[in-house]
Amino acid sequence: MKFSVTVTLKKDVLDPQGKVVSQTLKNMGVENLNQVRQGKFFEIDLDENDTSKGHDKVKEMCEKLLANQIIEDFKINKAE
Amino acid sequence: MRSSVIVFPGSNCDRDIAVVLEKLQFKNSMVWHKETTLPKSDLIILPGGFSYGDYLRSGAIAAKSNILNEVIKAGKNGCLIIGICNGFQILIECGLLQGALLRNSGLKFVSKDIFVRVQTNKNKFFNKYKNGEVLKLNIAHNEGNFFTNQKHLIELEEKELIPIKYCNEKGSIISESNPNGSLNNIAGILNKNKNILGMMPHPERMADKINSDQKGLPLFLSLMN
Repeated sequence: MKFSVTVTLKKDVLDPQGKVVSQTLKNMGVENLNQVRQGKFFEIDLDENDTSKGHDKVKEMCEKLLANQIIEDFKINKAE
Repeated sequence: MRSSVIVFPGSNCDRDIAVVLEKLQFKNSMVWHKETTLPKSDLIILPGGFSYGDYLRSGAIAAKSNILNEVIKAGKNGCLIIGICNGFQILIECGLLQGALLRNSGLKFVSKDIFVRVQTNKNKFFNKYKNGEVLKLNIAHNEGNFFTNQKHLIELEEKELIPIKYCNEKGSIISESNPNGSLNNIAGILNKNKNILGMMPHPERMADKINSDQKGLPLFLSLMN
């Protein structure tokens, strides 16, 4: 069973990399761009058949290692 | 005094610290991160460097290494611990210190001499300095931008848990002398019990008279009381 996790900086945490990406896109001529926030993406392949158990395991991974919850939020998605 | 310097793959300031400690007659051990027991220590140092290549987040992988279980236990029992640079990042990732060290606001790795002002000497680490003393130290990091929530920030300020702040040569704490965007110009913090210190500047690089005015040395001397 596969899950994907995205980790992004919390809204009120400054994201200097996202800012630079956003500025560069604007310099390239991209219009109507409000904001870019940069994050991390993980693909997690679990040997688990129960979706709910799998989700719990991935959540624990996020809380213990993948995200630093003082500055980061995480989202878990079940992959196809 | 017995000290232990923890060595991770990618540590690169461990030898510098050992040289200082040995000069001051500390009985020092170098402890590899895979060890599961810690030699009896009055002081533990987590050195600077790039443990595990800064994978995931600086210090995040090192914080889960075998020896850190022992370091955490020792820290909770009151053992003195200093985390310098990457060591500070590891202390935060393992939960011994609160907050986060974000990427420098200027997005650049900053390696240069800076000034810090001693904000409080009422702790074991800075009691050989005067309050308000300005120290020239060296920094070399990419993630030193200290961030925390408002509640913790107020606690740090009110309980005198911020021993050093970035300042200019005259000791003024201004945004122009903040090298990395750190909240309130914070260069180092203490835990509530004041037995654990995390700091971005490298005192061990300012401990020999060949290359400095030795302003880093009193920090290690303080611990010999």
